[in-house]
Amino acid sequence: MSIRNVGIVYRKELTEAIRDRRTVVSAILVPLLLFPVLSVGFGALAVALVGKAKDEVPKVMLRGGDDSPAVVEGLRKLEKIDIVPETPNWKDQIINKEIRAAVEIPAGFQADVAGQKSDTVKIYNYDGELKSEFATEKVEKYMKEYRDQVIKDRLAAKNLPDTVLKPFEVKRENVAPPEKVSGAAFGGIIGYMVILLCMTGAMYPAMDLTAGEKERGTMETILSSPISRTHLVLGKFFLILTAALGTAALSVLSMGVSFSVLSHYTGQTAGGRAAAAGFLLHLGPKTVISVFLMALPIAVLFSSVLMTIALFAKTYKEAQSYLTPMTFVVIIPAVASMLPGVELTSKLSLIPILSTSLLCKELVAGTYHWNLIAIIFSSTCVYAAAALFIAIKMFQRESVLFRS
Amino acid sequence: MIEARGLSKRFQDKKRGEIRAVDNVTFSCQPGKIYGLLGANGAGKTTTLRMLATILEPTDGTAIVCGHDVIDDPEKVRANVGFLSTATALYPRLSSQEMVEYFGRLNGLDEATLKKRVDNIFNRLDMNDFRDRRCDKLSTGMKQKTSIARTLVHDPPVMIFDEPTNGLDIMTARTITAFIRECRNNGKTVIFSTHIMSEVEKLCDTIGIIQSGKLLVEGSLAQLRDKYSEHDLEEIFVKVVTPHYVAEENN
Repeated sequence: MSIRNVGIVYRKELTEAIRDRRTVVSAILVPLLLFPVLSVGFGALAVALVGKAKDEVPKVMLRGGDDSPAVVEGLRKLEKIDIVPETPNWKDQIINKEIRAAVEIPAGFQADVAGQKSDTVKIYNYDGELKSEFATEKVEKYMKEYRDQVIKDRLAAKNLPDTVLKPFEVKRENVAPPEKVSGAAFGGIIGYMVILLCMTGAMYPAMDLTAGEKERGTMETILSSPISRTHLVLGKFFLILTAALGTAALSVLSMGVSFSVLSHYTGQTAGGRAAAAGFLLHLGPKTVISVFLMALPIAVLFSSVLMTIALFAKTYKEAQSYLTPMTFVVIIPAVASMLPGVELTSKLSLIPILSTSLLCKELVAGTYHWNLIAIIFSSTCVYAAAALFIAIKMFQRESVLFRS
Repeated sequence: MIEARGLSKRFQDKKRGEIRAVDNVTFSCQPGKIYGLLGANGAGKTTTLRMLATILEPTDGTAIVCGHDVIDDPEKVRANVGFLSTATALYPRLSSQEMVEYFGRLNGLDEATLKKRVDNIFNRLDMNDFRDRRCDKLSTGMKQKTSIARTLVHDPPVMIFDEPTNGLDIMTARTITAFIRECRNNGKTVIFSTHIMSEVEKLCDTIGIIQSGKLLVEGSLAQLRDKYSEHDLEEIFVKVVTPHYVAEENN
């Protein structure tokens, strides 16, 4: 009888939720569209913008160098650089992006080099401006190569080998498997997105099923039916939980699809393969299921807390003003987990949200610390059960239900 | 059958301190009779009826509805009660039929009985034209009919109406008063609250006048006319209530 009642309430709330545009948008459309738009759209945009910047032939102004024909000749021969003659307002031209950089060859540069006198070649650029960076890099690279050549010639003149200046090489090599590398880079984001979308998915129905019911005047109607208040609140809770988990599941699914589409797409173009390696995420079924399992108690926690808070409100608007700050309560620990150097410890695993977010990062990277997983899962379950208990208690209180 | 025994409700208000919304109210309503609770706004009518419907719990005293105590057995009380007020709205995104079915299921009806009941009620109240229309698209009259169907679906022996005609136009209000009469004719115990004198005069077998949470006078219309030597109910009401009303104002 009791489970039947919870089921009746759940079915009715589900019928109403599916017919409600706002719920459908927040629980289905947002997670389905967010990741493709964010990852594919943003990624493609970034690739396109960077490519465009690289394709542009930047104008670089040459200052001086009349008595250093060999250097100037070398600069002019550089591919994809357009050397323009000097004008007096060169600084403004860089700032106004009319030219991308200026290179200043000191007077008597070549003679000084031949005479072993040290000079400074200056490159003027627009710091942080992508196209200026590209132009500067090219000029800088050329000048360094020129310097290396000078060194080589000098060594050769004195019959000394190259190793005089480079007695040994230093090289670094990555031994972490690729999924751990990308996990360390992107795992934080995945946990964060799942947690945040769990929250946004639960938010709207939590308000609609409590404050919304008060506002529409159906609270008194439903309270006059024989169903017990505990069954009623449980039916509502399960619907909110469904929305939270549905949003999270859809987001994981759409994330997986968009990442694989993205890596497939970038993998086909010649230059894209390196970029794809960075984006590549090994989201196997094991990872997806683990992340989802860890999101379960968090979803219960969010659903109960949001429902309890929204229950205090008399209107939908009032509930909104109570719940909006909750987003920050969730975002801050989730963002904290993405900071470099924040690692999962047994102490941190007692902090809800932060612990789950950190754990998701590890899970995506393929690391399973079973004892920490147990602590996090059980501690979050305890918080979730407490929150659900409070929600049920609040639903019995006349001062909350009939607040005036 | 309803028996209120010393029914009381106190609220704590931050500014005004303790408020006795209902204060030691005792009365009884019989099957096949209509009991009218007459009072001004804020007199305690709604709180009394909400306690009878177990939406609120009494702070003192109790009430027995169809043999069940409102404090000990609220769910059984609700299963025997149909509660209707202008505040009991419909779910906007359910159709008229779904709304009625939902409450039938919550009342424990099995699907076969439910279907029979719903068909019967929809035919009787002439609601078949808007069976599948969503509640937010219904006219006021259609909404009232759906609400009536909702209270009837489990065929409760006790009907509680809290200012059922408040804010309704005359035609819709008449649907409600006709329905209240029909409930009495079907042998149901009916209690309803109002501040409209004409409704009370037309409908009630017993009248209780309530003010400041206290039941001041009780009796049939004829008994009240005799006692206060007035024919007009409004005059009787003013005579009963004024001393208390003045006392309250001075407080």
